[in-house]
Amino acid sequence: SFTRRFKEMMANFRYEDEEFFEELEDLLIESDVGFEATMEISDKMRYEAKVENIRTVEDAERVLVRTMIEMYEETNPNYIEFNKNPKGLTVLLFVGVNGVGKTTTIAKLAHQLIEEGNSVMLAAGDTFRAGAIQQLEVWGDRVGAEVVSTEQGGDPSAVVFDALKQAEEKKIDYLLVDTAGRLQNKKNLMDELAKMNRVIEREIPDAPHETLLVLDATTGQNALNQAKQFQEVTNITGIALTKMDGTAKGGIVFAIGKELNIPVKFVGLGESMNDLHEFSSEKFAYGLFKDLVS
Amino acid sequence: MAFEGLTGRLQDAFSSLRKKGKVSEQDVQDAMRQVRLALLEADVNYKVVREFVNSVREKAIGEEVLESLNGGQQVVKIVYDELSELMGGEQAEVVTSYIPPTVYMMTGLQGAGKTTTAGKLANFLRKSKNMKPMLIAADIYRPAAIDQLQTIGEQLNIPVFSMGDQVSPVEIAKKGLEEAKAQNRDLVIIDTAGRLHIDEVLMTELKEIKTAVDPEEIFLVVDAMTGQDAVNVADSFNDQLDISSVILTKLDGDTRGGAALSIRKVTGKPIKFTGTGEKLDALEPFYPDRMANRILGMGDLLTLIERA
Ligand SMILES: Nc1nc2c(ncn2[C@@H]2O[C@H](COP(=O)(O)OP(=O)(O)OP(=O)(O)O)[C@@H](O)[C@H]2O)c(=O)[nH]1
Ligand SMILES: Nc1nc2c(ncn2[C@@H]2O[C@H](COP(=O)(O)OP(=O)(O)OP(=O)(O)O)[C@@H](O)[C@H]2O)c(=O)[nH]1
Ligand SMILES: [Mg+2]
Ligand SMILES: [Mg+2]
Repeated sequence: SFTRRFKEMMANFRYEDEEFFEELEDLLIESDVGFEATMEISDKMRYEAKVENIRTVEDAERVLVRTMIEMYEETNPNYIEFNKNPKGLTVLLFVGVNGVGKTTTIAKLAHQLIEEGNSVMLAAGDTFRAGAIQQLEVWGDRVGAEVVSTEQGGDPSAVVFDALKQAEEKKIDYLLVDTAGRLQNKKNLMDELAKMNRVIEREIPDAPHETLLVLDATTGQNALNQAKQFQEVTNITGIALTKMDGTAKGGIVFAIGKELNIPVKFVGLGESMNDLHEFSSEKFAYGLFKDLVS
Repeated sequence: MAFEGLTGRLQDAFSSLRKKGKVSEQDVQDAMRQVRLALLEADVNYKVVREFVNSVREKAIGEEVLESLNGGQQVVKIVYDELSELMGGEQAEVVTSYIPPTVYMMTGLQGAGKTTTAGKLANFLRKSKNMKPMLIAADIYRPAAIDQLQTIGEQLNIPVFSMGDQVSPVEIAKKGLEEAKAQNRDLVIIDTAGRLHIDEVLMTELKEIKTAVDPEEIFLVVDAMTGQDAVNVADSFNDQLDISSVILTKLDGDTRGGAALSIRKVTGKPIKFTGTGEKLDALEPFYPDRMANRILGMGDLLTLIERA
């Protein structure tokens, strides 16, 4: 298994040992960290191992995890509270490719905000996918948030506009805007998203206060493309990394953080409304080498 | 696209090989390093990559190749042939039952595209094989999963069997099958809830549905953007359910889709269809050779070989 292999690898550790570094590279590749970032971590680890004259497994483990955390935090602060509007309505826009978990993440965050005593409204900006509006409505019911929607096939920008008006009128604290899944290479769909974004910007200064790119942890190297393309049409301020309850490690967020400076803000660990967590680079690095540190 | 640099390097490697005529062992090594990188960037599982590269290298460093006058061209061809072979060679057909109805189960991780693909498949087989499909809504967990399938059914004018979300999926599947027989439908496609391969309770549920309806095909629906974890998922679903084939969705994106290669390799099961859009006609039979090209990012590799 993964853990055993890692333990074996650590047990065999010699900082001059090429085999060790090759195994380390495999492990990182296996976590979807990507070739370039993997090489960078491996090189850095080589260097640190020499500088610190590492001899023991424990030291190697510690340095490895620390190296990763440092590299990540170089470009991204560990955890930053998401951006809120101190004077009124906070608007959060959720974007991403198909099926990653946008709608569910909205439900989870809505639940959390409501638990904290806020009023929350949801905008059903996915008017395209079969059952998308009903899905958000079921969630709205469960968590106790009003849902603003139109009929299937309606104009998503109009729904957003309508929701912004209603949220302001009703003095709602948070408006969470759902959008249809779209692949980043579909120009017309990305244009549509840009339009929704413009409507929000125009109606409320400084909004959207956060634009969260929802990423499925099982995604491989394509996630980097996703981040780049979505960043071109919206101002992505953070990532919600979903489905971390599976066996995928989500290592690509490391490369995204380094290359694009987009921090992970939330982690999804299941399908129920309580399964949203804050991201911690430490936990994440440990997670890549799970059970490594007892 | 993000991979342009890589594709360029790969093409450089190949075209310089091609021009060389006689190639040295070092030439082959250099080219294979680029191939390895291309496969990793395409999300082919690293173990599969290693095996692949070793086997190509062995073949390419064989006597005949190194000594031949068009050795470079031969190496390119070896890479391409090996990759298509790994992808499954020939295109594979769906299995149908002699005694109707034919029963299919859609399975896979959350959000992979099962429900949409259930509709696409029903539509496709109605057109191409003149079958009379019925869809069964056996996802009782995801909010509005049933509404989603019903909407798809309405759009296609195909009946959807549902018993709400308070009855067990096994029971729904059984009753749905009976209903299909009563209505003389000759194709039944069961939509199941997305689940993690490590979720024992839900995986057991799938086994029970399988036992109850004895399907002709169990499709594992996989998102083409999946990374290294694809092998764990596919291996585990296959172990627990003995899936019959794979459907790869969301290939209309700009992913290389290397997961396809890994899945094919670890399960040995054929990929039968690809999803190429959200619309209900965006389903295509799977072509191994095209996928091989795509994974290496060499749309015009064939022309390269032909021109050489
Ligand atoms: N295991 C697991 N499943 C999740 C998580 N987040 C979402 N899901 C599931 O993933 C599937 C897709 O979630 P949605 O919220 O519908 O995804 P979406 O991005 O809104 O999808 P589209 O609107 O179709 O693009 C559902 O079955 C969710 O229950 C998570 O953190 N873990
Ligand atoms: N672009 C594109 N989108 C697809 C394709 N297949 C499915 N989708 C989209 O992917 C998302 C998820 O599809 P679903 O059919 O709901 O996936 P599922 O596996 O049934 O999801 P769960 O039931 O939550 O596990 C939806 O937004 C679909 O429209 C495809 O081939 N291309
Ligand atoms: Mg959604
Ligand atoms: Mg579904």
